[in-house]
Amino acid sequence: MLTLECPYCSIQADETELHAGGEAHLKRETVGSLDNDFEDYLFMRENPKGVHFERWRHVAGCGKWFHAARCTMTLEVFGTYSAQTLAPPKDLREKISTKRPGWTWRAFS
Amino acid sequence: MSTRLATAGRLLDRASTMEFTFNGKRMQGHEGDTLASALLANDQMLVGRSFKYHRPRGLVASGAEEPNGLVNMGAGAFFEPNQRITTTELFEGLAAESQNHWPSLEFDVGAVNAKLSRFMPAGFYYKMFIHPRPLWKHVYEPFIRKAAGLGRAPTEMDGSSYEHFYAHVDVLITGGGIAGLAAALAAGRAGADVLLVEQTAHWGGRAPVDGAQIDGLDGDTWVKETVQALESMDNVTLRNRTMGTGVYDHGYALAYERLTDHAPDQDGPRHRLWRIRARQIVTATGSIERPLSFAGNDIPGVMLAGAVRDYAVNFGVSLGDRTVVVTNNDDAYRTAITLKDAGLDVPVILDARPTADGSLVQQAREMGIRVALGKGIAHVNGAKRVTGVSICLQAGEGSEIEEIACDAVAMSGGWSPVVHLWSHCGGKLIWDDAQSHFRPDASRPPLGADGLGFVVPAGAANGAMSTAEVLVDAFQAGAAAAKAAGATGKTGRGPTGDTPKEEPMAPVWLMPQGASYKLRSKMWLDYQNDVKVSDVQLAAREGYESVEHTKRYTTLGMATDQGKLSNINGLATLAGALNAPIPAVGTTTFRPPYTPISMGAIGGEARGELFQPLHKTPMHDWHDANGADWEPVGHWRRAYAFVRGAETVEQAVQREVTNTRENLGLLDASTLGKLIVRGPDAGKFLDMLYTNMMSTLKPGRCRYGLMCTENGFLSDDGVVARIDDDTFLCHTTTGGADRIYAHMEEWLQTEWWDWQVYVTNVTEQFAQVAVVGPNARKVLEKLGGMDVSAEALSFMDWADGTIGGFDCRVYRISFSGELSFEIAVPASQGRAFWDALLEAGAEFGVMPYGTECLHIMRAEKGFIMIGDETDGTVIPQDLGLHWAISKKKDDFLGKRAQERDHMTDPTRWQLVGLETTDGSVIPDGAYAVGEGVNENGQRNTQGRVTSTYHSPTLGRGIAMGLVLHGPDRMGEVIEFPKVDGTSVKAKIVNPVFFDPEGEKQNV
Amino acid sequence: MSNVTSALNGREVTGVTTIREGGFRGMITLRGDLSNANLKKVCKAVTGVDMPAQRGVNMHGESGLAWMSPDELLLLVPHDAADESVAKIDAALNGTHYLAVNVSDARALITVQGKGAREVLARVCPADLRASGLPKGEMRRTRLAQVPTAIWTQDGDDFAVICFRSVAGYVFDLLANAAKTPGPGLL
Repeated sequence: MLTLECPYCSIQADETELHAGGEAHLKRETVGSLDNDFEDYLFMRENPKGVHFERWRHVAGCGKWFHAARCTMTLEVFGTYSAQTLAPPKDLREKISTKRPGWTWRAFS
Repeated sequence: MSTRLATAGRLLDRASTMEFTFNGKRMQGHEGDTLASALLANDQMLVGRSFKYHRPRGLVASGAEEPNGLVNMGAGAFFEPNQRITTTELFEGLAAESQNHWPSLEFDVGAVNAKLSRFMPAGFYYKMFIHPRPLWKHVYEPFIRKAAGLGRAPTEMDGSSYEHFYAHVDVLITGGGIAGLAAALAAGRAGADVLLVEQTAHWGGRAPVDGAQIDGLDGDTWVKETVQALESMDNVTLRNRTMGTGVYDHGYALAYERLTDHAPDQDGPRHRLWRIRARQIVTATGSIERPLSFAGNDIPGVMLAGAVRDYAVNFGVSLGDRTVVVTNNDDAYRTAITLKDAGLDVPVILDARPTADGSLVQQAREMGIRVALGKGIAHVNGAKRVTGVSICLQAGEGSEIEEIACDAVAMSGGWSPVVHLWSHCGGKLIWDDAQSHFRPDASRPPLGADGLGFVVPAGAANGAMSTAEVLVDAFQAGAAAAKAAGATGKTGRGPTGDTPKEEPMAPVWLMPQGASYKLRSKMWLDYQNDVKVSDVQLAAREGYESVEHTKRYTTLGMATDQGKLSNINGLATLAGALNAPIPAVGTTTFRPPYTPISMGAIGGEARGELFQPLHKTPMHDWHDANGADWEPVGHWRRAYAFVRGAETVEQAVQREVTNTRENLGLLDASTLGKLIVRGPDAGKFLDMLYTNMMSTLKPGRCRYGLMCTENGFLSDDGVVARIDDDTFLCHTTTGGADRIYAHMEEWLQTEWWDWQVYVTNVTEQFAQVAVVGPNARKVLEKLGGMDVSAEALSFMDWADGTIGGFDCRVYRISFSGELSFEIAVPASQGRAFWDALLEAGAEFGVMPYGTECLHIMRAEKGFIMIGDETDGTVIPQDLGLHWAISKKKDDFLGKRAQERDHMTDPTRWQLVGLETTDGSVIPDGAYAVGEGVNENGQRNTQGRVTSTYHSPTLGRGIAMGLVLHGPDRMGEVIEFPKVDGTSVKAKIVNPVFFDPEGEKQNV
Repeated sequence: MSNVTSALNGREVTGVTTIREGGFRGMITLRGDLSNANLKKVCKAVTGVDMPAQRGVNMHGESGLAWMSPDELLLLVPHDAADESVAKIDAALNGTHYLAVNVSDARALITVQGKGAREVLARVCPADLRASGLPKGEMRRTRLAQVPTAIWTQDGDDFAVICFRSVAGYVFDLLANAAKTPGPGLL
């Protein structure tokens, strides 16, 4: 049972106060997209052993969505950050690099 | 025979006497006894039968590791099986029954299995019951079900109550032995918030039994003073009878407090499940003694040496007058010395080691106890209790040198740290050659959210095996945990212990080391599950190399004790058979809980009325008092129908439909979701969410809309009202309010966060009543207030105003095909408004109606219902709702998905109406069959029913369904087989059965 | 007005810890830019208290302001003042992007008072309820057993719980059940 810090409330929220929202930083494909691209958007997801970026909602709290960077192996949480961004913040990526040198996730590293 | 000694018993209050029964037999014990010690005091050596062979079983241990002593306890609503008698504190009137035997404990027919043991080897179940296949269902499975399981399932609902307690602490310490106390002392002094839990009723663990000297004090005195010191610290909480059961991610831990098991007459919850978030966890869980594998080591009277000592010192109970001690280490000598001190006879100490000269060994010799080095037990004599042992050379094959009469055997194969809690969340182990056990590898702890270790092992649980080492290790552990948790205070000096010098133990996995098959097939590794040395060796020969596979194949280490005694011996045996080093074989996975915990504790308060939150509308109490037949809708309870007098629910539904169509019906529609969507981009946002165009809706008007997921599937529907240029009110389905609110927030926050839109859920702010039927306008006009005429408020208009003095918002919308007003008032006035409508409506034939009437009326009109016509695989196009899908919009959620080839496939089943040819009702969920059969020989299907009712309006069965090419097949008759083998035929018709022109609603 | 009934009709269970429906309270959900000067001004005018910090709740009598999220406040006012307060906010914020809604009747207020209040809540609440985890003047939005709630204490001893009206009975029963027996004495 995880605890994640809600970046909006600055409290450690219990996993039972949160709602897991799957992979972060998906790019929406819509009308005009190729079938393959649209299907990738709908169905294809990362399943890494290691660094992962996820969406969570502080559902029994402020109701805000946020992003979390987490290691799926050790459950170490590298950080949580705003959902209103297209990429993990630079300082967070650097922090991950010091802990997991050479990590990559989709286009990020 | 086992008996109560005249003296000793540090935990007993000999002045008090308690009566209890075992298998109906009346016995006596003292306050402070466990059920185990009290049974032994009454010479009840035989406590159960083993699982497979029904071998007679006595107690082997004195604590949570006991594999044999499991009983049924209590009666009726307080009956519970598989209670471990070593951890059951005695109370007045306790009633226990032994398990797994028939007809009686003393004479068990199942014991014939033991005679067949040659034919019940490892993997017996897999080998025996696989062929012939047809026998499985009616012969093998019933047999196994009858034979399987210990104890009996309760037949009544549990009469006790339970609770949870959430605790946040800096340092959780599990185990209240001297290690836990020393760790708590350090962490408490450092200023950390400390919770110290101990599974038994007593502090100090086994140190006082073992004669530990700490800081110049005897064990009992030091423990007492230390507990007092800890209790005086505000930042330290001590809970006994509380077992640390599991360690989970990010410092989460469970502890299981048994509040009233020892005092069942006491009020309050029986168990409390502590749900703990700790920054650091110290596992001071001690160690467990290992049995030795010699033939007949399961005969009642053979017990762990430490347990023999526990019973003597703690409870003044002797297992027998003449106890043979058999060991591979110095510690067991303590047992011999204790027994001798108590005036009992120890004919011999059989020490498997070739030499032994530690201070305890010397002391035993000085007391005149015979010490036989290099010797072991060839076999134990006796059946239901020990009568003697045959001695052999440990180095040999088991030739008998000498027979010694005795009535008890105290065995010690060394001690294994309790590493369960350390291991639950990923702490790694290392093999300690000197002690022949696995202990925590402190360099590879379980990792927390910060990537750092959050569990610190302490004392014997960390492989520190002497009092002196335990105290140093545990105090350091407590200090380290407090520091890691952020406490900065000084810990001062830790306690120091005085320990006699002990010589190294020697691993002994087989006694004698060259034992024959005959001996090996009588050496029990797992007492509870009847797994012997020969079984594990057979498994290895049959190719089982993984310890996890061997566990499942042989049942070694399964069931309620999960191999607390058998694991190390079992895997050493497996390693021996595989000729591999023990650490290469490894351990099975340690999983929580440490010992079984009650289902009640897991459920906590969530039972009966508190099982689930029940959502109630402001009119709930009226419904309840007026015949509501409740139906769960989401977490709401809605009235399915209001039953009057002697009528059936079905008759009530038919009455409600007829009355609403002819007179006046009232529906409590408060549960419908109501979401306010506001902002300059609200229209644009709703255009993305709904399939139809919402931005063109005029203020004062309503529009029905459909919402799809990004997958294209229909997710929700409802009427949207435009309040002003910037503000919309979106109605959702009853079950959809929270979901659609979350859906809106998700898209706003994570995709279109630059759009200026705020959403809020006002579902419960309003009580909403649908006033429906030809007399609907009359009742509103009678109540008086706003103009509700057709001219002032036409179909799909809404307006604010007052009715009967109530501030309200009226929506002129209809889900029934009747003249209908949905009226929202503040929830606090909902009940009063409902009452006012009933009173004013009396002259117009008012009757409240329930959800089934609503369903029938909407089906008569061909309106779809989310959850009936939709099931997560249906798109609006399947339901003929093309009119509600905008062609003008570039995009909306689901639009792209609906262009996928599977979605545009002309063979997707389409919505039609169905009219039975015989007037009957098609069963729910029935499928329409077509020509031919599929590859499984089943009839091909060509459609299914989605809603089906008896329509009182039409006097026949009507249904809606999805049918292959349905809309092109009007008038065709298709067949729906029923489960009884007959079938019902139905004609494909337009789904609008009633008033297709809308003449009734548009008045 | 006699037409008005609260969710629980003022139910209470008295004891060492007393659980009581807190009666009617006006509540307004306000979403908007919390740094907007007009918004701050009208909030102060309506409630008489200053803008709270993150997670903060500032109270004056029945009125107060609670921080709910970076773009959401809960305004507490007397029950019969809710509609006029919304009107004041509408007037003050006209022309800006905001949302103000009277949600008084969508909510219930339950108080947990007396010795052991923290431990009554801790039976059903996963949040850190130590005085350090939930100090006075701070609101924690969390769950009680299976439903979302907001809890806070003004004096450090007595607590107020806000939940949805439809589950007021559940929350009340939950707390009354927990209050039947003393807690372990940790908090």
